[in-house]
Amino acid sequence: MDILFDNLPGLLIAIPLLGAFLTPLLSRAGDSVRNTWVLIITGLSSVCGLLVASRVLETGTIVYTFGVNTVSNIIPPDSGGIPIRIIFTIDPMNAFMLIIAAIVGFCITLYSVSSMEKLSGKDGFFTLVLLLIAGVYGMIATGDLFNFFVFLEISSLAGAALVAYRIDKGVAAEAGLKYAALSTIGGMLFLVGVGLLFAQYNSLNMAVIADRMQLTGLDIIAFVLFFTALAMKCGAVPMHFWTPDSYAMAPSAITAFLVVSSQASLYALFRVCFTLYGGQINPLTVGWVIIILGILSMFIGVTMAIPQKDVKRLMAYHAVSQTGYMLLGVGVGLAALSSTCLSQSIGIMALKGGLFHIMNHALYKGLLFLTAGVIFYRCGTRNLNQLGGLGHNMKWTMVFFMIGALAIAGIPPFNGFASKLMIYESTFLFNPLLAVIAMVVSILTLASFVKVFHSMFMGPKLPEYEDVKEAPTPMLIAMGILAILVVLFGIFPQQVVDALVAPAASALIDYQGYITAVLGGA
Amino acid sequence: MSDSMSKIIRTTADVMFMFIVVFGFYIVLHGHLTPGGGFQGGAVIATGFILLIVAHKLDDFLGWFKKKAFQNFEMSGLVLFIGTALAAIPLGYLFFRNFLCGTGGLFGQVVPYGINPGFLNTAGTIPIMNIAVGIEVLGGLSIIILYMTSGISNHEEGE
Repeated sequence: MDILFDNLPGLLIAIPLLGAFLTPLLSRAGDSVRNTWVLIITGLSSVCGLLVASRVLETGTIVYTFGVNTVSNIIPPDSGGIPIRIIFTIDPMNAFMLIIAAIVGFCITLYSVSSMEKLSGKDGFFTLVLLLIAGVYGMIATGDLFNFFVFLEISSLAGAALVAYRIDKGVAAEAGLKYAALSTIGGMLFLVGVGLLFAQYNSLNMAVIADRMQLTGLDIIAFVLFFTALAMKCGAVPMHFWTPDSYAMAPSAITAFLVVSSQASLYALFRVCFTLYGGQINPLTVGWVIIILGILSMFIGVTMAIPQKDVKRLMAYHAVSQTGYMLLGVGVGLAALSSTCLSQSIGIMALKGGLFHIMNHALYKGLLFLTAGVIFYRCGTRNLNQLGGLGHNMKWTMVFFMIGALAIAGIPPFNGFASKLMIYESTFLFNPLLAVIAMVVSILTLASFVKVFHSMFMGPKLPEYEDVKEAPTPMLIAMGILAILVVLFGIFPQQVVDALVAPAASALIDYQGYITAVLGGA
Repeated sequence: MSDSMSKIIRTTADVMFMFIVVFGFYIVLHGHLTPGGGFQGGAVIATGFILLIVAHKLDDFLGWFKKKAFQNFEMSGLVLFIGTALAAIPLGYLFFRNFLCGTGGLFGQVVPYGINPGFLNTAGTIPIMNIAVGIEVLGGLSIIILYMTSGISNHEEGE
């Protein structure tokens, strides 16, 4: 039993990969066998993710080395004092992201088992879903820059194929191609950055590089490359143009997980800023760059969202806008922590707010995309002008949509309020103007979702949707899990912040701790 | 693509096919000793199949090799790879542990120190993973080309 628990971080990617490779074989045995298999695999990997996270939160950072006899923190004598092997480093920050991926990963599989029922090519679809999940787990868990690139490519390629899955007269194929091209550009930029660091420090291990970081001219170039690539992958505004297309055209369950995949890139962005270049870069400059990106994303995202007619495209622009909040929170955190005239608690609070918003956004935006998927599944259109009166027949979907919409608009007692309040409070003390912009964006978000709610669910029954049915049970269960978490996190934000977000924030700041965990105090 | 090429090309392709496949398997099997490995060897084998597709009619080719066979190759290669990596866990090691290395059995010979001509029966699970990747790549690349050629012939029929 011990060996199984020691191997949990490895199983995190082993299980989805094995599941993905066996899916085509089991597809031949019939749909129900395949669906059961996919559900078992995602269930197991989610349990794995949650167990790893809970172990990390209990006992501290886990360093998992691939291909050795036993788990030990002793550095092999033949390695010249550095862990040359491929490692997973999971500290509370990674654990925090793992929890998000585990929850959303399970919900989207449960949802797509039912929502994909009528479509063909499902063996390829579920193989790609499992590969996407494995890629995102790998991106989150890895402690090695080159492996991060590999997992980034796995998740990008699987994601691009899934975006193009519903060909839809070539529109989805175009969106998938766009996603693939931009992801590849991002991946290549990242790879060049990795090369620049490897040439100087002879290592690909994040902790080793962070330990040896000199901040030479080449390092700054590498930093800019990392920053651009990851900001592009997470959909911050000057590089956001792939998000509306691919989020709108992908099957809804996939969109919900693409949000998590973007957030894994966001996590990597923060990891690069805080850990890889920890204490070396000028925090005020980088902090302000992140803040400006955040403000742009927030404002442009929401203003672009308002005129949209396609409900998923609208939500995709809101995803850009919400990414802005996370960038704002973490950027203010980075800038305020370095400031001598502001107290440290403001920076910590902003950082916690930004991180908490990542989790909340994954939950409520996942929920919203899934409800939009139900609408498309039952009505066959995403055009808001053609929808209406669905509240009469789709009561649960309406309730779930309402929960998601109120949460994204930052209305208490839903989770979006909790994290936005933390961002407002800390940002106001840092720079009141930023807080005002953030609040205005929040109001615009509410306005936009009131419009969506009204045009989809309110009004008399439309003749064409006279006998439209409620979503199938698995889809309702998947949305229900997310909705319950949205409400729970909104009612007990303090407990969640204390248990998950605060350790993540302190782990992110404490780059020395990250280095020591891997190098063993060497 | 619907027509086959001249008899000279077809015969040459048939003869070359065997050599290309053998050479590909040589690269796969010697992946841990010489430059190359699973991916490169698999790609070489796939070029053998592609040569047959180019030289013959697509329908003839599909009569000899089924699409499903390539899919099976691809899948079994991947499963073999991840299975080898996972097999370390029941044996009490961590994921991807090279549990065959130095055990004396299959691929378990210990390499003597110094200059040597290269021993095939070494390196533990690495050759197994090379073989797995080779099988996977030969299936995968052939499938890609098959789908692309089917696209061409459909297009020609449509015109």
